[in-house]
Order: sequence, then C-alpha cells, then structure tokens
Amino acid sequence: MIGGLFIYNHKGEVLISRVYRDDIGRNAVDAFRVNVIHARQQVRSPVTNIARTSFFHVKRSNIWLAAVTKQNVNAAMVFEFLYKMCDVMASYFGKISEENIKNNFVLIYELLDEILDFGYPQNSETGALKTFITQQGIKGQFQTKEEQSQITSQVTGQIGWRREGIKYRRNELFLDVLESVNLLMSPQGQVLSAHVSGRVVMKSYLSGMPECKFGMNDKIVIDKAGKGGVTNEAGKSTSGKQSIAIDDCTFNQCVRLSKFDSERSISFIPPDGDYELMRYRTTKDIILPFRVIPLVREVGRTKLEVKVVIKSNFKPSLLAQKIEVRIPTPLNTSGVQVICMKGKAKYKASENAIVWKIKRMAGMKESQISAEIELLPTNDKKKWARPPISMNFEVPFAPSGLKVRYLKVFESKLNYSDHDVVKWVRYIGRSGIYETRC
Amino acid sequence: MLSVMFRFHVCAGEIFELKAELNSDKKEKKKEAVKKVIASMTVGKDVSALFPDVVNCMQTDNLELKKLVYLYLMNYAKSQPDMAIMAVNTFVKDCEDPNPLIRALAVRTMGCIRVDKITEYLCEPLRKCLKDEDPYVRKTAAVCVAKLHDINAQLVEDQGFLDTLKDLISDSNPMVVANAVAALSEIAESHPNSNLLDLNPQSINKLLTALNECTEWGQIFILDCLANYTPRDDRESQSICERVTPRLSHANSAVVLSAVKVLMKFMEMLPKDLDYYGTLLKKLAPPLVTLLSAEPELQYVALRNINLIVQKRPEILKHEMKVFFVKYNDPIYVKLEKLDIMIRLASQANIAQVLAELKEYATEVDVDFVRKAVRAIGRCAIKVEQSAERCVSTLLDLIQTKVNYVVQEAIVVIKDIFRKYPNKYESVIATLCENLDSLDEPEARAAMIWIVGEYAERIDNADELLESFLEGFHDESTQVQLQLLTAIVKLFLKKPTETQELVQQVLSLATQDSDNPDLRDRGYIYWRLLSTDPVAAKEVVLAEKPLISEETDLIEPTLLEELICHIGTLASVYHKPPSAFVEGSRGVMHKRLPAQGTESPDVGNVAGGSAPEAAPSIIPSQGDLLGDLLNLDLAPPTTTGPPPPTSGMQMGGMDLLGGGLDSLTFLLWYPQVWLPAMKAKGLEISGTFARRAGVIQMELVLTNKAMSVMTDFAIQFNRNSFGLAPAGPLQVLTPLGPNQTIEVSLPLSTVGPVMKMDPLNNLQVAVKNNIDVFYFSCQYPISMLFVEDGKMERQVFLATWKDIPNDNESQFQIQDCHLNSDAASNKLQGSNIFTIAKRTVEGQDMLYMAIKLSNGIWVLAELKMQAGNPNYTVSLGTRRDGEQHY
Repeated sequence: MIGGLFIYNHKGEVLISRVYRDDIGRNAVDAFRVNVIHARQQVRSPVTNIARTSFFHVKRSNIWLAAVTKQNVNAAMVFEFLYKMCDVMASYFGKISEENIKNNFVLIYELLDEILDFGYPQNSETGALKTFITQQGIKGQFQTKEEQSQITSQVTGQIGWRREGIKYRRNELFLDVLESVNLLMSPQGQVLSAHVSGRVVMKSYLSGMPECKFGMNDKIVIDKAGKGGVTNEAGKSTSGKQSIAIDDCTFNQCVRLSKFDSERSISFIPPDGDYELMRYRTTKDIILPFRVIPLVREVGRTKLEVKVVIKSNFKPSLLAQKIEVRIPTPLNTSGVQVICMKGKAKYKASENAIVWKIKRMAGMKESQISAEIELLPTNDKKKWARPPISMNFEVPFAPSGLKVRYLKVFESKLNYSDHDVVKWVRYIGRSGIYETRC
Repeated sequence: MLSVMFRFHVCAGEIFELKAELNSDKKEKKKEAVKKVIASMTVGKDVSALFPDVVNCMQTDNLELKKLVYLYLMNYAKSQPDMAIMAVNTFVKDCEDPNPLIRALAVRTMGCIRVDKITEYLCEPLRKCLKDEDPYVRKTAAVCVAKLHDINAQLVEDQGFLDTLKDLISDSNPMVVANAVAALSEIAESHPNSNLLDLNPQSINKLLTALNECTEWGQIFILDCLANYTPRDDRESQSICERVTPRLSHANSAVVLSAVKVLMKFMEMLPKDLDYYGTLLKKLAPPLVTLLSAEPELQYVALRNINLIVQKRPEILKHEMKVFFVKYNDPIYVKLEKLDIMIRLASQANIAQVLAELKEYATEVDVDFVRKAVRAIGRCAIKVEQSAERCVSTLLDLIQTKVNYVVQEAIVVIKDIFRKYPNKYESVIATLCENLDSLDEPEARAAMIWIVGEYAERIDNADELLESFLEGFHDESTQVQLQLLTAIVKLFLKKPTETQELVQQVLSLATQDSDNPDLRDRGYIYWRLLSTDPVAAKEVVLAEKPLISEETDLIEPTLLEELICHIGTLASVYHKPPSAFVEGSRGVMHKRLPAQGTESPDVGNVAGGSAPEAAPSIIPSQGDLLGDLLNLDLAPPTTTGPPPPTSGMQMGGMDLLGGGLDSLTFLLWYPQVWLPAMKAKGLEISGTFARRAGVIQMELVLTNKAMSVMTDFAIQFNRNSFGLAPAGPLQVLTPLGPNQTIEVSLPLSTVGPVMKMDPLNNLQVAVKNNIDVFYFSCQYPISMLFVEDGKMERQVFLATWKDIPNDNESQFQIQDCHLNSDAASNKLQGSNIFTIAKRTVEGQDMLYMAIKLSNGIWVLAELKMQAGNPNYTVSLGTRRDGEQHY
C-alpha cells in the first residue's frame, strides 16, 4: 500500500510529508527531488522506480504530489487517490498553490490522517469529511452523542455521500449536460477519429433522502421499450424521436450499478449540492459543429501562404460562442499579415500561432482568414513539424444528440412529489481536442 | 486561522523559544507552538529535543491540538522510546472516550507508534475496539491489526486477533468488511501457506454483497482479494463474473481495472463455446476504451495494462484501433505506449489507416517517439505481408527527408524486411547506399553492412563500400566489427577473384589485432573454413537463413499469465513480476491463471500458485503438439485457454556462422515448478526438457529454500514409455546452501527399461539428498524424442504408408495456422519432422512427413493444407500397433 505521501513546491522543497509505513525512510523525500523534480530531462513516466522504491506523481500547476511505496500496490488506485486528494484539498481551500498549502498545512495533515490509514484509502467524500474536519478547527468536542454517531455512520455507511435530515424550502434541481467533442481530421477533410465525452453534472437541493431516476434517449432503452408494446412503437415512429448509441458510461458511486447492468435504468439517491452523476462516451452519428478547411502553400523558402475556412454546421437559429481558431506558425516566423472576414486575428509570437477569435457565429455560416507568413532563412535541416490547427468553441446543444427524457424524484417520507420539484436542464457542447491537420 | 511561516534553520535559540511557548499557560499559544514544531518537522529539521514538552500538551480536550501532538509522536516515538511511554496512559484513556471519533483516533495513532512497550499496551484497547459498537471504530481497528502484525506478527497470532479479523468479514457494515479484507490480504501475503483468507463460496458471496455497498476504495480491496480466489468450476466462475461486471461502469478507473483483472482471470475457466463467454468479451472493450479519457497518468497505467490484455486476448480490442491514435498534446509516455499497442493491433483490415498515422508521427519532434514510429512501420511490413510494399515506400520517403536519426532507424528496419522477404525489395539498395556516410550509430552501420554483404552480387561497388569501413576497423563497436567480418567473407565467396586482398586484410585485423575473443574466434573459424574447404564454407556462410518472426517484444507466456493476475498493480506497469522490485517475502508468490476444467486441488490457497498439477502442462495428443510446433513463434498466441508452454525447439543452427544477426535460438519449454519447496522440505525443483545436438537434456533448477545445507544429490527415473534414463549422475558437486540455486543439465539416454505410461509422456522421478527422498512426476514433449536421422527414402515412405493398417490411422484438424506449406515444412524440420514429399492436388498442398522416435518407431503423417484456409488436416499413421493413442 501507499507508504508515504509528499507534496513539493516547484523548487523541490517539501511542503507536506506524511509517512505511513516503516519501510519508507526520510531519504525517499530527497530521492524523488533529486531524480525527478531536479532531473535534467523531461519526465518520461508518471511512475518512477528509484532503488526499489516506486514513486507516483501528479502535478497541479507547479505543485508536485508524490505517493511512495515499496510494495506491489494497485497503481490505478494510487493515481485515483492522488486526484481525489487534489479534489478534497481544492474543495477545502480552493486552488492548490504553495501559498494555500502552507496556510492550511495543519488541515492537510488532518485530512491525510483521515483519508489514508496505513496507506489504505478510506472514505474521501468531501461531503462526509466536512461534517467533522473543518478549517475552523474541529467541531468534535461540541457535538452531541447523536451528532457523533450520525457522523460515523455517514463516514462508514452505505450512503456515505448524503446525510439525513436535509431540508429545503424550495426543492430544486439543476441538470447540465456538458459535452466535449473531439475531432482529428486529415487535411483532406476525412474524419480520422471523433468522439464525444460527456458529463451529466447536477446540482440538487432536495429535502430528505429522495430516490431519483434519470432517463435519456439511450438507444438500448428506447429499442427495448419499442419492442415491449405495439402501441408504443407506433407512437415512437410518428414522433420520430432519435436515440443515440452510447459506447460506454461510468457513474458516480451513488448510482446503483447492478440495476443499470440488469435493467439499464439509472437510479440513485443524490448527494447534496454539486456532483457529477455520470460520464459517457459516444462515437456514432456525432454532430461536428465546425469544419475547418486549411490550405497551406509554401511560396519559396521564406514565405508561407495560409488560408483557413471555417464552416458552422448546425441549425441557423442557434449561436456558437467563444470561437477561437489557432493556426500554428513555424519557429522561424519573422512577420505575419492577416486578413479575416469576421472577428479578430492576431499573430502571437510567444505562442508561435495566429489566434483568430470570433465572439458569435450562427449555424450554417462560413468565414475565412488568410495570412502571409514571412520566414527567416535557416540552415536547419529539420522540417517544421506542422502542428494541427486547433479550435475552441461553445455551442448550446449536445453534439452527441443526447436528450434528457426525464428526471423523476420520489421522496416517500416527506410530503413533496415529483411535480413540486423545480427542474432546470441545460445543454452545453464544448470543443475538446478539435484538430485538423494541415 | 493563523498562518505559520516556514523557517529553514532551527537554532538553539529557536528551540528554546518554542520550549517556552509549549509550556505556556495560554491554550492558543500552545497550539501555535505545536504547529510551528510540526512545520519544522515537515521540512526535515530535527525537533526531537522538544519531545517531553510536546507530549505534555497531549492531555487536552482540544481535538485539533491532540491530533497535532499525535502526528509528532508518530514521527519521533521511535527515537525516544522511553519517553514515549508517557503517552500510553492518554491513549488508553482515549480508547474509552464516549466520542467514537476520539476512540478511533487513539487506536489508529497507537498502531503507528512502533515502540515495543507501547505495543504491549495496545492489545487490550484494540481487542475492545474490534468489537466496538460504532462501525467507524471497528473499521479503524481492523486496519490496526495489520499495523500491529507489521510490528510484531507473533503477538497478533498469540492474541487471537486474526480470528477476530476474520469475523469482521461478516460484519454488517460494508466499510468494516472492506478494511478487514484489506488487512487480511496483507497479512496473508507474508504467510503464503496459511489458510488465512479461507475463501470459499460462502465467504465469496459475502464479499460480493459488500462489493455493492462499500466505498470506491473498499470495492478495490474486495476485487483485488477476489482475484486471488480460484472458483471450483466454470459455473461458479460465471456467476462471480456476472456479479462483477456491473463494476465496469464505475467512475473510478481503479475499480474498473480490478474488475477487469477478476474477469480476465475467471474467464480462463469458462468454456469458449459458452454464449456468456462471448458476451463477456464484448463487455470488456468499452470500459477499457473509456479509461483512455482519464487523466494522463491513469491513461498510462491503463495503456500498460491494455498492452498485456492485447497480448493475452487480442480479440477484445481488435476493432478499436482508432482510439489508440496519438493526440498531438498527449504526454510522451502516453504516446509511446499507444504506439506499442497500435503495432500489436495492426492487421490487414486496418493497415492503411495505421500506416497513414505512423507516417504522420515520423515527422514529430520527440526523437524517441519518431524512432519508435519508424520502427513500427517496419514491424507492420513484417507483420502484414500485403502492406510490405507500401511500408517500404513509406520508409524510402522518410529516408529522403535526410533527418539523420530517421534515416538510421529506417535502415535498421529495412534490414529486417529483407530478412522476412528475401529477394523482393532489392531495388531500394541503391537509395540506402547513398546514405552510407551519414550513419553514425552502430546498429544502423551494422545493418547497412549486413545488407551490403548479403546482396554483394548485386552491388557493383560492394568491395569499395566495405573497404571504406575497414579503415577505421578498430574504432568500430563489436557489433559492427563482427558484421563487417561476415559481410566481407560473404563478398569473397560471391566474388572470389577481386576480393582476395580484402578478405586477407579483414581476417588478419580480426585475428591478430583484436582483443575481442568473439571476433577472433569468428575470424579463425572463417579462416580455417576458407583455407580447407571453400565449398563447405559457402554452404555454411551463405546458407539459407531461417525467417524472422513477425511478433517481436512479446512477453514470455508464463510471465504474461502472472502479469494478468496483477492487472492494475505496479507489476503490470513495469511488466515485471513483483519479486523483481519488491523486497523481502512480500508479493514474491507467483500467481497463475486457473486452467479451464481442471479441478484445482488446493482451492482456498491464497495464490493458487503452488500446485504444479493445475499448471497447464499437458500435451494431450499428437495433433495438438503439431499445432504447437506450427504455431511456434510465427503466429500470435491464438491458442485456447492458457497458452500451453510452447513445445519443441527451433534449431536455428543452420546459420551457425552466418553472422550475429542470425542468433542461435533454442526455444525451450518454459521451466515449470515440478516439486514445490513445501512438499520437499525446502527443496524446490523446476525444469524443462530440450534436445540439443541430438542429445536429450533434462535441465533442472534446484533451489534450497530451507535453512540447512543440502548435499548428496542423486536422481532416478521410474520405468517409462520411451525408456528414458539418466545417462550420468546428477552433477551437483558443491553443497547447496540456504537460498542458493543451482542449474544442472542432465543428459538422458533412451535405453532404460520401458513401461507404458498414461499419459504416454509421463515421467516419474525420484530425487534424493541428505535429507530425504522426494518423488514427483512431470511430462516431457514428445518432440524431444524425434531423432535427427528421421529422413526416409520416398519409396520406403510410400511402401510403409501403404502398409499401415487402416485402424492405425487417425486424423486431426489444426485450426488457425496461417503458414504456407514451405514455411510449415521449414518450421517442422527444425523439430526433426522431415518433409519427404510435397504435392499439390486441386489447390491443396499435401505434405508427406516422417518422424522417427528414439525407440525406432516411425510415424508418418500427411498434412493437407488449402491456400487461404487456415485449418490443416493431419493424418497420422504408424505400423506398430498400440502406439495409436497419441
């Protein structure tokens, strides 16, 4: 299991060091600094073995988090734990920075004592942790016996993510479908790979211990329902509802996985406040909101002509926002002249790219930029690698075609019903890695 | 909260100041002082001098202060054991506190203080806490047992904590169950033979129930523990799989990978024709792909594991090539791993796409990545014959870029392509020769020299090219020198008239001026060959070379099996068994996959590793054996179930002298443990069989795992089917000390007493030493009995074939063997199965082959193969009755 956990700043100074196992000595702290943080070469692996000791590290801005072990631990678990550790810290004191870590080091030690015991990860749900570890010192001594046993049963319990007795005057639910659409396209416009990775993020302000059921236009569910009743089928074909094929999905731990496996229904008791209900991935019938058509011409040895056309490909009534096209330029660029029809374009020498920004663009439109790039003559034999043109944008629909069909809330003990809950649904499609080779 | 500044020097004055603050009456001041102490401790400064003052602050009702003091105690108690006793009282008192959080805190901290005297006092509170009414205390106490075991294992056993811990597996609270499982698994690891976890269908059922309810981490502990279980039969295996599959949709990647591990392992036991087997295979692909959208570090872990899974079960991800395409911003470690998997998945169906991608990668910036991409193009050419031409032209394009390392890498892989498809792409040699001067890496130079030597007759100025290398002969690396020597000798044999002087020169350089024994020896052998018998020299040096295999870098099957059992762990990331990087006894046990349909004799044994009977070592019939020989390192492992230890050996000896490239390979049986140390008072015997230069060898590895020295070894065989007997005494001359290992090779003769065994290739062995006599049995590959003079005259063959009575004939099908008849015949010849005649009838190739066994029995075979159909039909016949059952 995890033998120790260290946090370093960018210089390699230790900010936090907690050792859980006897086989990890103080020299491990230095070994990681010398061999990884101060290493001359770029890091070639997130797992490093130094003198039979294995180090797992992740970086958040310029802070290094390292877990150390001498045993054959579950590597995936160690990384998941490190990410979780970052989430927990972030939810307590915001950004993970040297300043924040130094100011909260007592809190961090307390957390590390709670969420890792002898190197075994324990309950790390912030909701539960916050009931007894706070930045204002520990509540402990002021609690009544009832409160104490409530805390312990939540920390160890089956529903560790929600406490009893939550009350809201207004029961409200916010559901966001956030998708990021990823694309890799060849210069000829052929889709090399495309997928959508989506998340259903919820904010729930519900009283009691409500039982929720979430439904979407999952192809498997709809096809099954279609087969189930003849009347249903007729209704479906007329309404022409589209269903989508989901390649795979993963769920928050509140979702009953065995129920999903057997009936493909998503039922759960939600955590209070913000959480991510599920993640999913689709690859079929993706709506690609933009197409990028690049044209690069080398005019002699010291000049490049670049023309890029972008076309929006969705309903004309919808508006895409925050559009940004990034056209890489060679390292030996000396000057750039740009002309664009819409938006603003600038050559950023420090980033070796032309950045073209458009605030808004409606569907089924087209826009163009052309640039002349002057190059300094070099005797470098190595060719310019031509990085792909990348794009950023935000659109108000789900590129996978996912639709929320229902989100039902049942709370039998309290007297509110599904109709009393105010529900908000929103779809946002963003660009993930959206690249066109040129 | 006040912020505490970090200071970097503790001087005496500062210690003094802190001391005063710690003894202050004001609570706030005290707390701030302890914080400062902890801050100093964190950055590695020695504040142990403050021990008594800090411990004095322990008796407080301020929980925050208490936790800080505990933290200090955990760090320094070991260095001040006597003073640490001062803390015991508070601990014991806290363990009785009405607040469960404080009870748990006390027992948790106490377990972290590794001082004997404290441990003594820990037992009573721990016993109480294990039975506490609050689950939070129980789950903490469960882990504490593991802590205590780490400090004093005997104490834990004497106090009966292990039984209490076992009881916790049936606890009503899922988190208590999960922690108890984690603690027991860890303790069991240091007691390989104990039946600690006692996994049986009932306890497995409890674990599976808890699996649905506990935290993500608890699910990981339980799944990792489940993976050590060996189900009784395929039905149990299926029902466990069914209950584990829902975990594949968990958001935590570690839960997913651990579930994959359980499924990959238990799948071995399912019959392949079962519908469920196919369903399960289909269910595995999507979660594996989803892992690739995790954070990069996890992607790396996932990719290293996928690399193993793809080798073990290529069918799972064969349609998912696209997801392994490299993204521009992937970290380099992710890029390199993706590339590896792309090559493994490359097939005729997707080769066009793969090649287009690889070509793109070859223009990237990172040198390692580019090199690997170029190498990958070469491997595609070798793996997918149809694509070879395109690959070669892509490589030529890359050579034109003149980027130095790209050119060198391309030349190295082109050499391999020449070896795989001789006389096909020689037209590119001219282009290669143009780049001769730019090569500065030994591997590329050696490859180029090999090409020049091999095709000397087609290159007009071959002598000039080789001569140019000769000038700096002594500055070259050994690899290049050896290659140069061989190439010039080849050239001489091809064009003897013009190159006499050159060959003289290189021979004298190699034999007289070199200190390298390899080079000298090779020089002398050539010299002798050339001077005594040029015709023989030609036969030796210019002999036809065996084809190179298409799958490289495959992990050796037994290791692969072990690694599959370690999916998700560090072992699977390093691709090394845990014993290679874990110190001490922990995790050194070798895990194995269960065999299909075998009733494992030691269900419940934690690792299931000590059961040689369960090892998949049986060679059931001649048909399968032949299949193995054909499959031998030419096809990816398509075998069903656990891969049988590949049998037979490849006699790569035909080009013994031909050059360093044609290394002499003996593919042996992978060593198996025949006699585990447990059963033989500490003596462990593992071994293999091989046939080397006409002599059957039994290769034994003896390991002394006992505490005392072993001497006086001797070996004897029981009567067996082929009269195998030791041809000499067991050569263990020196006594074998504790933890020593010795390798012995025992030549065998086939003149011993004969008795038919069942199975036919069973061999019962007795080994004696100064301690006792031990018995074990093992099975040897029939192929090692095939003798070298098994060639038969055509006429004799025909006559014999006709003579064989019908009921002495049998037929087998060999499935999925993608070899053409020539390759198959070459392959088989390496194992002393000789092709006597070949004929083609209606598009079918018929190979007639003969095998002679060491006891003089001939086995004749007819091998039918149809172009395009991977299935072969084998008809076997032998004249003697009673030998039919194999």
